[in-house]
Amino acid sequence: MKYLLTGDEAIARGAYEAGVHFASAYPGTPSTEILENLAKYEEICAEWAPNEKVALESAIGASIAGGRAMASMKHVGLNVAADPFFTFAYTGVNGGAVIISADEPGQHSAQNEQDNRNYAKSAKIPMFEPANSQECRDMVLESYKLSEEYDTPVMIRMTTRVCHGKSIVECGERKEVAIREYVKDAKKYVCVPANAKVLRRNLELKLAKLKKYSETTPFNFEEIKSDKVGVIASGPCYHYAKEVFGEDASYLKLGFTFPMPDDKIRAFCQKVEKVYIVEENDPYIEERVRYLGFNCYGKDLLPKYGEMTPDVIKQGFFGEEPAVIAYDESAVVGRPPTLCAGCPHRGFFYELGKRKNVMISGDIGCYTLGFAKPYNALDSCICMGASFSIGHGAQQVFNMTEDKKMRVVSVLGDSTFLHTGVNSLIDVIYNNSNAVSVILDNRITGMTGHQENPGTGYNAKGNEANMIDIEALVKAIGIKHIRTINPNNLKEVSDALDEFLALDEPSVIITKWPCALKKFSKEDKEEFPGAFTKKMVVNRDKCIGCKMCMKCGCPAISFDAENKKAVIDGIQCVGCGVCSQLCPKDAIEWKED
Amino acid sequence: MTKNVLLVGVGGQGTILAAKILTQGLLEAGYDVKMSEIHGMSQRGGSVSSHVRYGEKVESSTIEPGAADILVSFEKMEALRELKFLKPDGIAVVNEHEMPSMPILTGDAVYPKDAVEEIKKHVKTIVLNATQMALDLGNGKVANIVLLGTIIKAMKLENIDWESIVKKQVKPAFVDLNLKALRCGMDAVNL
Repeated sequence: MKYLLTGDEAIARGAYEAGVHFASAYPGTPSTEILENLAKYEEICAEWAPNEKVALESAIGASIAGGRAMASMKHVGLNVAADPFFTFAYTGVNGGAVIISADEPGQHSAQNEQDNRNYAKSAKIPMFEPANSQECRDMVLESYKLSEEYDTPVMIRMTTRVCHGKSIVECGERKEVAIREYVKDAKKYVCVPANAKVLRRNLELKLAKLKKYSETTPFNFEEIKSDKVGVIASGPCYHYAKEVFGEDASYLKLGFTFPMPDDKIRAFCQKVEKVYIVEENDPYIEERVRYLGFNCYGKDLLPKYGEMTPDVIKQGFFGEEPAVIAYDESAVVGRPPTLCAGCPHRGFFYELGKRKNVMISGDIGCYTLGFAKPYNALDSCICMGASFSIGHGAQQVFNMTEDKKMRVVSVLGDSTFLHTGVNSLIDVIYNNSNAVSVILDNRITGMTGHQENPGTGYNAKGNEANMIDIEALVKAIGIKHIRTINPNNLKEVSDALDEFLALDEPSVIITKWPCALKKFSKEDKEEFPGAFTKKMVVNRDKCIGCKMCMKCGCPAISFDAENKKAVIDGIQCVGCGVCSQLCPKDAIEWKED
Repeated sequence: MTKNVLLVGVGGQGTILAAKILTQGLLEAGYDVKMSEIHGMSQRGGSVSSHVRYGEKVESSTIEPGAADILVSFEKMEALRELKFLKPDGIAVVNEHEMPSMPILTGDAVYPKDAVEEIKKHVKTIVLNATQMALDLGNGKVANIVLLGTIIKAMKLENIDWESIVKKQVKPAFVDLNLKALRCGMDAVNL
């Protein structure tokens, strides 16, 4: 059957067909939809893990027990999972194991741009690089064969356009694979130095065999049409290069890029006069080509960052600019992402942003948008779960200054707290920090599009699950000052901040209100009755046009300059009520049904 | 020849569903089809785009600047932002719906009211109020399907059995509404 699938859907489809038993992931753009699609298959035990390290570790356990396993994550997720990743290369597998890394050239939705092909090379784990959805499906099937035949985990390196690009996929049926027998084997799985040294030596033997595979696999293929121009490309860059160089050039398309097929590369380079390398992020292939002694055009002419789309290749290699309409673009205004109307973070950031002498340590999630105008309520954002620890370190140094006037408020979301933030909170209590730690609990993993997490009471399949009680967890860690508040109530927010900023001990504020876009569970309906069921409207007789309500930065409020009145968009408004608390004339009222 | 359709708008306007129905129709008509879109952070009220490419054999899933045969903008200012992607002899379809972005709401910038006039100076432009048309049909959400109708007409894809494709993509209760919206969009195009 032929389907039009995204790369993420095709990975899930491939895993299904390959008889995968167990899959685990933490959501992260652009990899999220892999696990979401795996969860739709009854045959697969598909789970959200609290973080990527845990996801990979559970996949390793599933493999050791004899099942076929998959762990998927965004590029920075592999940083979190790097510890087990490196040693998993030594132990190898029982049931086949595949790790998906979804990289983000161009940083569409990430804090950095990193080339995870370097991880495969560094950890000595074989790697595929699909160019389209068909290859995603095919390479997953091949990866499981390879994994079990060569006794190694396999990595598949995707990029945003492969993950979220749709193309046609010829699919097959699922073939059930028997769970392999579990054999206790300490020499293989217990990585004490004595065992690991032997495993390290054996790893070189595996890599030598995999090198031979790389030379013969049809996923590394030549198309010889010209003896003048040859292009070496991997991933979607193969398709981009074809748009530029056309059918008259020769190509070496690399789908299996660790270990590299040196002989194939040598043979190809000898067949053509000029060699062009097109790849995204680092000069990974290019360095190998140069190491093998061939001159080539690559990152000397192309940008070292961003996507290598056809226009970028044309500009870089040939200085060609696209023929575009020459028009006056100056009137166009930027459209940065914003907190949605009704976002429970709005009230909190409005109050927090007003504070003076406060450093606000931020984290990864929708609430990162608190950095923007009109809130200006975030001073730093580095990686998942970092806000509490960064805030703690900063507070320790501020406390060494003479006037000790700077205070720290650290903020992160519920899912991020359970990801790695909980470790940082342990640091805060253990080292007796007086930074104020805030958990913005919107009852869901928001930014990636509403995935369940250990705090929501539901699992990846949508079934009821044990729910972590965040307040009880914070208490168990040893925090004495805990306040759970409704962030839409500005006085509650302000009072909690006043009180806890005056303390000289660890404290935690939990803001608890569901994301305005969340589909309410039955528990949500009980806990937050009437939430988002009414709308607000401006009483134009009372409105004096002071624009105070606009200071909360709600996309549903605009200003009618002609009549000098605020206007609430009845379609977007969900009635959080934050704006009405800013109005000095009580001109924002509940809309009558 | 590969044809390029670029749908642009603001997160939440339904560009993704419109592109999904379009690509499904093209697939069933026997074309090679590729689509590219960006999810994630930009969903939160940011600019969004879906690139659809179809033909005998399609390589890249993204449309280069100056290469779109048709630019369909679900929001007025977004049309002006993305006009550089349109071929100089391409067609611009603009939904006359204004969604002020945050810098405009905070008073730091002014909405470009004359966006359509600027576009009209350069290319063949079809202007319609798909949002109002959808509201008149009884549901503002089907503005995306009205705009899909304009693509079908402008790209001469009327021969594809859109009725059966829409039936597969939307809930039974909404099929009639969606088909009416599709017809509305097709009727709005006179080339």
